[in-house]
Amino acid sequence: MATQSSRSAARIMMAPAVFLLLVWMLVPLCMTLWFSLRDYRPLRGGDLGFVGLENFARFVSSSSFWPAVFTTVLIVGGVLLVSIVFGVLLAMLLDQPMWGQGVVRILVIAPFFVMPTVSALVWKNMFMDPTNGVFAHIWRAFGADPVVWLTDVPILSLILIISWQWLPFATLILLTAFQSLDSEQLEAAEMDGANPLARFFFIALPHLSRAITIVILIQTIFLLAVFAEIFVTTGGAFGTRTLTYLIYQRVLESQNVGLGSAGGVYAIILANIVALFLMRIVGKNLDR
Amino acid sequence: MGRITLDKVRKAFGDVEVIPPLDLTIEDGEFVVFVGPSGCGKSTLLRLIAGLEDVSGGEIRIDGQDATMVPPAKRGLAMVFQSYALYPHMSVRKNIAFPLRMAGLDRAEQERRVKAAAEVLNLTDYLDRRPGQLSGGQRQRVAIGRAIVREPAAFLFDEPLSNLDAALRVGMRLEISELHKRLKTTMIYVTHDQVEAMTMADKIVVLRAGNIEQVGSPLELYRAPRNTFVAGFIGSPKMNLITGPVAAQHDATTIGIRPEHIRVTEGAGDWQGTVGVSEHLGSDTFFHVTCAGIAEPLTVRVGGEVDLRYGDTVHLTPDPEHLHRFDAQGLRIA
Repeated sequence: MATQSSRSAARIMMAPAVFLLLVWMLVPLCMTLWFSLRDYRPLRGGDLGFVGLENFARFVSSSSFWPAVFTTVLIVGGVLLVSIVFGVLLAMLLDQPMWGQGVVRILVIAPFFVMPTVSALVWKNMFMDPTNGVFAHIWRAFGADPVVWLTDVPILSLILIISWQWLPFATLILLTAFQSLDSEQLEAAEMDGANPLARFFFIALPHLSRAITIVILIQTIFLLAVFAEIFVTTGGAFGTRTLTYLIYQRVLESQNVGLGSAGGVYAIILANIVALFLMRIVGKNLDR
Repeated sequence: MGRITLDKVRKAFGDVEVIPPLDLTIEDGEFVVFVGPSGCGKSTLLRLIAGLEDVSGGEIRIDGQDATMVPPAKRGLAMVFQSYALYPHMSVRKNIAFPLRMAGLDRAEQERRVKAAAEVLNLTDYLDRRPGQLSGGQRQRVAIGRAIVREPAAFLFDEPLSNLDAALRVGMRLEISELHKRLKTTMIYVTHDQVEAMTMADKIVVLRAGNIEQVGSPLELYRAPRNTFVAGFIGSPKMNLITGPVAAQHDATTIGIRPEHIRVTEGAGDWQGTVGVSEHLGSDTFFHVTCAGIAEPLTVRVGGEVDLRYGDTVHLTPDPEHLHRFDAQGLRIA
């Protein structure tokens, strides 16, 4: 029902927001592309001019590139595995009728609201600290030597911290999926002679498949960008340098903006490939 | 074999007793219909028999064996649900084979039984489709197929036709009756639709608030309803129930007369009344007649097409042979 004038008025009023969004996205993108083609070291000679694709070649041929990719895959994969396996189990538990259900559900989502930096510091100092941490106390209570978590098993520690943050998200999405499962289907399977395990694998899990794909899609995109947790715990040491962290180090620690930007472009391409791949799976799932 | 005996079976949810102690015997090969208004406990009763709900007291025996504590899968009963409860991610073939797969039958035997069931139910062309690609009637048949492959002692149907449109319902009603004649297996069928009950049942169990109001063959219930509830529930259109002085003339608190047992004449009759709304079905015509001294308008059936209009005066005469009399407790006076 919009008239010509109200439509153009709407356009004018929306313009600032659209402009802002475009600038917000396009300027950094263009600058990244621009810097990735130049040899730019702010504290070591400044802008040294165009170098073509040399930055791209140097970024992937660096000895830290493949280990960083490997670490990224390990952390993302580990967190996905933990959050989906435990997410399904927790969702099943929360789906049971129980006293104080509402409060429990809010408590379950709570870790998601804690800032990554804060939760990583809490884990580092209160749980994983080898002298004063809760884990150390538990270990000592059983007469064992406390584990120096962030040094001895750094990847596992990181997976633990990040999973703790993302588990609520997975649980919540899987819980809603569980609630939409038709109870008559489960009863039919029960009458058909399926034991609880068979009911889970043949009825519940297939029903959850779409929700699981969505969790994988969304979490992968966010997990590829994990930074704060690594920064405040290991600082990229002990083989916990992910691709994101490597880019940060190239730009800020080595003061090589050009090289870091090239890495950034790789990260953009990688994230898009993942997104495209997963979108197709979700699309196929939604068709059914 | 499928003889099911309920002995003082009781069900309570917390403090609310939905089924007071109840006795019932279902003979082998019988088609029994549980009928009653919604919330009367008929589905709960079926679920108790299936084992999906635990009884609060009493005993359920299947073929003489105590099955009260036996898990649903071990009772040898198959159930068809109101929502069909097909597994959406499996093909029709896999849906039907599911109980066999759970029972650990080998593939060849599974395939043979699925084929046989599909032939009985005209599903052969649809075996590779998903439930989502089937019509309501076909889904219903798949659900029945999943029940027959198990060769159960008895089939339990929980309002299986309520999600179908009227035309399909009549068709499926026939198919289920046909299936019963062919398999000769005990069937227990829950419905709120008394037409389904009347047309399909060997034995009807009328329930109200968890109590059995009457058990009997469709015609027994039609001819001699035990109380006013059964009288009003069985038969379509409903029996006219008349209270007050008119009933007192017949030495009863309430009298009941079915629309088909009232004679309509232009002159001289027991009750004089005015024609209200009329429903012309072609084969029959139903008139709603308001009579002096009778609170509710009476429904009257007249065969064929009759030329009576809104506001016409008519006389009604009940057929004394088909007059039902009930006492103050609503029970039938013999």
